[in-house]
Amino acid sequence: MRAESVKQYSGAGESNLGAEGAAAPLRVAGFYTLFRTELTLAVRRRSDIVNPLLFFVTVLAMMPLGIGPEPEMLARMAAGLIWVMALLATLLSQESLFRGDYEDGSLEQLALQPQPLYFPVLAKVLVHWLVTGLPLALLSPLLGMMLNLGEAGYWPLFVSLALGTASLSLIGAVGAALTVALRRPGLLLALIIMPLYVPVLIFGTGTVQAALDGYSYGPQMAILGAILAAAAALAPLAAAGAIRISLEN
Amino acid sequence: MSWQWFHRLGSPRWFYQKTSAWLPWLGAASVLLLSVGIVWGLGFAPQDAKQGNSYRIIYIHVPAAFLALAGYYIMAFCGAIGLIWKMKLSFVVMRAAAPIGAALTFISLFTGAIWGKPTWGTYWVWDARITSMLILFFLYLGVMALSGAFSREQSGDKASALLALVGTVNIPIIYKSVDWWFTLHQPATLKLTEASTIDPSMFYPLITMIAGFYLFYAWVLTLHTRSLILQREWRTQWVRELFAPAARA
Repeated sequence: MRAESVKQYSGAGESNLGAEGAAAPLRVAGFYTLFRTELTLAVRRRSDIVNPLLFFVTVLAMMPLGIGPEPEMLARMAAGLIWVMALLATLLSQESLFRGDYEDGSLEQLALQPQPLYFPVLAKVLVHWLVTGLPLALLSPLLGMMLNLGEAGYWPLFVSLALGTASLSLIGAVGAALTVALRRPGLLLALIIMPLYVPVLIFGTGTVQAALDGYSYGPQMAILGAILAAAAALAPLAAAGAIRISLEN
Repeated sequence: MSWQWFHRLGSPRWFYQKTSAWLPWLGAASVLLLSVGIVWGLGFAPQDAKQGNSYRIIYIHVPAAFLALAGYYIMAFCGAIGLIWKMKLSFVVMRAAAPIGAALTFISLFTGAIWGKPTWGTYWVWDARITSMLILFFLYLGVMALSGAFSREQSGDKASALLALVGTVNIPIIYKSVDWWFTLHQPATLKLTEASTIDPSMFYPLITMIAGFYLFYAWVLTLHTRSLILQREWRTQWVRELFAPAARA
């Protein structure tokens, strides 16, 4: 993030601080500024968008080479494979979520603002999901087709990935914030975050499997939505706490 | 009522000196209960009608599994106390609890596998409970890895406490989702003998073993906490005096 955006963010805060009861618009204004800046930066750094997608596609293309090209077997495994790879792609891309801001000091500036870190974290996670999770979800039916996933599974796969990767981004943000002060957090991040991904993975693949078996997949989708709601409420709080711990280091 | 005892509890030195008196009693009581329970359970409790002698592993397996789960909550609770009241000692207990809990989780997985071979015909099945225990094991490993990753001790304390707390929120969700996943994927052909239907002649030794394991846990946790205290405080006057009384003269 550039320094101007921090100034803008804090400027929005100062001008509104005096007014009583202006707390809500103040936060929203800051949120929007930060969100726009982050999105602009993310779009300009093409490799950050493209690399997780390439990783996703490349590793999935390795799978039939490893387990064999029989269409029936691939069809049975497709949903699980795509979900696990989406999980890994999200995790790997998340390492850099706070890194740049930590290194150039703007994370510290954000933490010094007289406002909770909840909204800045939410803005960054939202941008992360827009540039990784959403494209992964959009790409998934194509990969489902290549892995011989049944046609009934395309739509549930897309929706479950779109909902699920948002939860993954939120949960992973806690891990990214905890490890941002470490020099090489890659494997450690995976170790601490993977177990927390379990429910999302189970209900994500459950959605697709239910659709393939001809059942209604509404309940699984609803639980994925519930997980997302809980994660959106709690994960940024935990991540904000973790950022403050990391900044003390 | 004064808060003096609470503040005193925060002092590693006070803890070290107090527990010196408790340790022999704690150790003796746990060794006594464990030996009574082992001899009773392995030697005198009747054979199981279906499983023969192989059921006797529950006298190790069940108490270990109990404490593996309870240990995570003890660890997270200590982490929470440390984060809220900035209590040094409670972080030390948290760090001490992590490897003990991981070891107990491993013991319960290992004994379960040994029991599974004669009973189910296989060492490992992806049963809901086994899978949840495996994930609990990973959660423990994550907390341990994170607490060791920081060069500054206080940051490691706080970061791993936060991770332990996030894990606490997740454990019920993980447990439920794995339960659901298991019922979806596999028919429930493998049934453990229900604890409520256990005969008193088998139940009393089991209760003895569980009590013994709790005492043993308290004993080992105290010992490990004491050694961590010494490692942390080796620069202080009281530790030096403890180990080099002659140096004072």
